[in-house]
Amino acid sequence: MSTATFIPAFVRRQSFIELDARARAQSLLDPGSWRELVGPFDRIESPWLPEQGIAPQSDDGCVVLKGAIDGKPAVVIALEGKFQGGSMGEVSGAKMTAALDLAARDSQNGKKTAAVLLLETGGVRLQEANLGLAVIAEVMASILALREHAPVITVIAGTVGCFGGMSIAAGLSSYIVMTREARLGLNGPEVIEQESGIEEFDSSDHALIWAINGGEQRVAMGVADELVLDDVQKIAATVQRYVKAGLPQVHRSQQIALYRARIAALDTSRQIDPLSLRESWKEKAKEGVAQ
Amino acid sequence: MEQLNFDYPSAKRRVIKKAHVGVAGSGDMEILMQPDATGIAHVSVLTSVNGFRSSWQAVLDRFFAKYDGAVQIDINDAGATPGSVMLRLEQAVEVIES
Repeated sequence: MSTATFIPAFVRRQSFIELDARARAQSLLDPGSWRELVGPFDRIESPWLPEQGIAPQSDDGCVVLKGAIDGKPAVVIALEGKFQGGSMGEVSGAKMTAALDLAARDSQNGKKTAAVLLLETGGVRLQEANLGLAVIAEVMASILALREHAPVITVIAGTVGCFGGMSIAAGLSSYIVMTREARLGLNGPEVIEQESGIEEFDSSDHALIWAINGGEQRVAMGVADELVLDDVQKIAATVQRYVKAGLPQVHRSQQIALYRARIAALDTSRQIDPLSLRESWKEKAKEGVAQ
Repeated sequence: MEQLNFDYPSAKRRVIKKAHVGVAGSGDMEILMQPDATGIAHVSVLTSVNGFRSSWQAVLDRFFAKYDGAVQIDINDAGATPGSVMLRLEQAVEVIES
């Protein structure tokens, strides 16, 4: 591809990352098919944040849109990374759980309803403590219930990424789609540095962080399914494809023996580098599919 | 945390739409704007930054010097500067009057 044709396409593409949670959710659903459930004018805000001197948000940073994707029933649940780092509080978690449960109920009654999770989150909202932990457990249970009937597709676009308890929720979903800008990991880089020291993980070293948590590495390792460009049309097309594909033969999180063996085989006597991990897990990922 | 309320009896023109703009993220704010049942404009501000009533009053006075819609405005503020407040208000008007 020549520079002359490449540059205009690059400039013209519509960024998904630059959209807010509501616009992201809308962009994935068929135009005119959707309606918002428990929207901002319903004023279901966090009762805990103002008590701690923090401004709440009228949708608690969780947007739920019910509609259709390529003509098939779907619910899109998007977290707003700009509000409290997309953290899961009592209200946002209850919205996500209720939406997943409604999709599971519809699916059981014969109307297969896929769920798309747009996760930009650091996990539990620390200001809501145990309630945040409890809702994440509920979200996980609801994902497990829905994925018996219809696919749960997680999209991590960035730039917040997906960390903490919600990274486990992402791991339970049927498919994970990431951009190169996105990150996925259990403990965030700052947390690791704080707990284990800068020798363990330097959270200011962006190249290091993206080499380990970044979308390209996660997809290459086989812990996420597809790497997409930060482009509204491409992400929408990818989500449509997974909705159409339906359930995978086996969910990644069901492959316990495979992942136990992979972790057992790691040689921790020397530093494991991202590229060699990618190579060795890629081979095993193929074996996993063959099983 | 501070709760501030303002009334603008001169803003009486009926509006029919609603608008939701902005995010209550650091240095920004969220606005919910909708038709007001009492027929005049009311503004309710919940802000995480205390002690700026006079600044809010000044920005809102300037806004309602131009705008005459009978709207209920609810603001969740996480430290937006006066300039950002005005831009968010104008953005909400753009949505509600379009």
